[in-house]
Amino acid sequence: MTLATLPAAVEKFSTAYESLLTRSSNTTGWLNVLRQQAWSTFSELGIPTKRRGNELWKYTNLQPLAAADFVYGVSGSVTRDQIKVAGPWDDAWNTIVVVDGKFNAELSNLNGTAGLNAGSLAEAIAGGTGDVELQLASLAGREEYAFTALNTAFIDDGAYVAVIDGTELKEPIHVVFVTSNATENRASYPRLLVDAGAGTSLVLIETYLNLAETAQFVAPVVEMFAGERSTIKHYRVQMENEKSFHLGTTRISQLGDSDFTSTSFAVGASIARNDIHTLLNAPGASCTLHGLYMTNGTQQQDQEISTTHAKPNCSSNQYYKGILSGKSHAVFSGKVVVERNAQKSDATQKDLNLMLSRGAEIDAKPSLEIYADDVTASHGATAGHVDRDTLFYLQSRGVSEDAAKAILVRGFAEEMLNEFKPTALNEFVERITDERIPILLAESDTIGTT
Amino acid sequence: MLEINNLHASVVDIENSEILKGINLKVNKGEVHAIMGPNGSGKSTLANVLMGRPDYEVTAGSVVFYGESILGLRAEERAHRGMFLAFQYPAEIPGVRPWQFLKAALDSKAESRGEDKMSVRAFSKLFDEKVEAVGINPTLVKRSLNEGFSGGEKKRNEMLQLEVLQPSLAILDETDSGLDVDALRIVAEGVNSMRSPERSFIVVTHYQRLLNYITPDVVHILVKGKIVRTGGPDLALEVEKDGYKEYLAAAGANA
Repeated sequence: MTLATLPAAVEKFSTAYESLLTRSSNTTGWLNVLRQQAWSTFSELGIPTKRRGNELWKYTNLQPLAAADFVYGVSGSVTRDQIKVAGPWDDAWNTIVVVDGKFNAELSNLNGTAGLNAGSLAEAIAGGTGDVELQLASLAGREEYAFTALNTAFIDDGAYVAVIDGTELKEPIHVVFVTSNATENRASYPRLLVDAGAGTSLVLIETYLNLAETAQFVAPVVEMFAGERSTIKHYRVQMENEKSFHLGTTRISQLGDSDFTSTSFAVGASIARNDIHTLLNAPGASCTLHGLYMTNGTQQQDQEISTTHAKPNCSSNQYYKGILSGKSHAVFSGKVVVERNAQKSDATQKDLNLMLSRGAEIDAKPSLEIYADDVTASHGATAGHVDRDTLFYLQSRGVSEDAAKAILVRGFAEEMLNEFKPTALNEFVERITDERIPILLAESDTIGTT
Repeated sequence: MLEINNLHASVVDIENSEILKGINLKVNKGEVHAIMGPNGSGKSTLANVLMGRPDYEVTAGSVVFYGESILGLRAEERAHRGMFLAFQYPAEIPGVRPWQFLKAALDSKAESRGEDKMSVRAFSKLFDEKVEAVGINPTLVKRSLNEGFSGGEKKRNEMLQLEVLQPSLAILDETDSGLDVDALRIVAEGVNSMRSPERSFIVVTHYQRLLNYITPDVVHILVKGKIVRTGGPDLALEVEKDGYKEYLAAAGANA
């Protein structure tokens, strides 16, 4: 091995990176510096491997991603109808559509809502809108982490959402990241920056759709700033196709008395990771992180959920549910760090899994790191199956075996599905769940066993 | 309507676990039969075997319901033919609401008979009527099935299901266990209001007290897997006074 050898799979991204630098119309000086720093970080790290000591990737083998080739910068066409069929939609929502990483004004549906500045990230960068220069990559992109570095090296466009102090938005903001149909295996790096001012109230839905049938590599990065006393209800819907790789990172920084709730619906991709971190950065901040993941076949879904209590009097709640079938694999890695001066912190962590098959695997690892002494904290994880008594109870009432199984799996999911409040979104996740259950049950061998 | 002949049953996959050792029982239309017995006599097993619980294996004998042998049928098929089991310990099922699951039950039954499914509107009306009739707290039935229900609420919920499903044979498996007098009365009222010349009941109970409220036509004493005595309502009072001692002694001597 020589010193010139690059880490795993870096080389194949370098041509794309060089072409971005020559092609991108986005030539803002500070952005170029940011990209170069991030590229240099990624070049050193490469795609993470399962090597010993690499706790973040202990249960997740990214070899299929490292072995695949992706082209960058190829964009296809997408219609509004395709988006409406593939994902949730409501005409009343303020919708931003980003196709293959690029903001698309025609497909977007921005209703000119007062107090909301929403649209292209490239324009926000070029125009120096708000605090974009200060905020972009301040939560994700400068640290030693391959996927945020890779995304940051490729920042070109994406979505920008700013809500002016004191604005209470009636309708949700919907950011749709859609991968167009194409025969090539492509890489895209969706980026979203959300700046919620003091005293704002908003619902933000983030949806990933994939219209391609080939393997796509999607590595989004979302940064959100929750101002003082702001209330943000965030939803994340991940609907990649079954061959794709989705490695998403979400970073939230919360100011005093802000309340952030995030609910994730993760069903897509071959290998997927939902990595979310909330920083409770001022007293009185609270966050609730929820999610439902469903896996079948040889799918892998990771939930990498972490919260840092940096200041006193904050509360956090992590609660996830998984339904696993076939030979699929899921990871729940929940982490709460309570720093030394973060007294009166309250933290709970819970991960419940319904194992529909013996071949499925869950690695659940809730963990608490507490450095303060006046803290209330609890954590737990379970993996169980539907037992024979429960199934018999429904059957004795005349419900057929197949219908009973579907009712029981749906019942397990119900609590999380109810967390999706906007009507069109709720209907969407319920429909997808109902469509997914027979697929999960077809690969099930544990329901009704003792 | 129901004829049980020489029924033997064991626990699945466990050797020498025979619990029912030759049950003979005939229930006519419109009759209420009480099956009484000490703990471990097999009365609860009988109720569950009749409904087709997969934990038990029938090793000999026959069960004929409306002229058809039902031992080869799954629980839902028995339900479609008009059988119902009220559970001693109803399962708690998170995320499943009583409304939703009873609609599914009626839909499955309609499907099995080649009939049209009841519309959501018609079912809602029926359901609301029954909720009122049973006197169950309407907010309770919006919650997950039996989750966090008290003992009495669970039993009341079983009565709600009985009312909605309108079976021709209802088997109550120690429905009175763990109930206070008020709850006991509710169960009894449920049963009494549903008594009809077309509907039969098998009431399995350890104690006589439920039979203060539900007057049976026939009382059977089940001891060690066999019916050792059959009589009228007075037999229950006799057991209340004297207990099962003499029957146990007799069964022990025979064993």
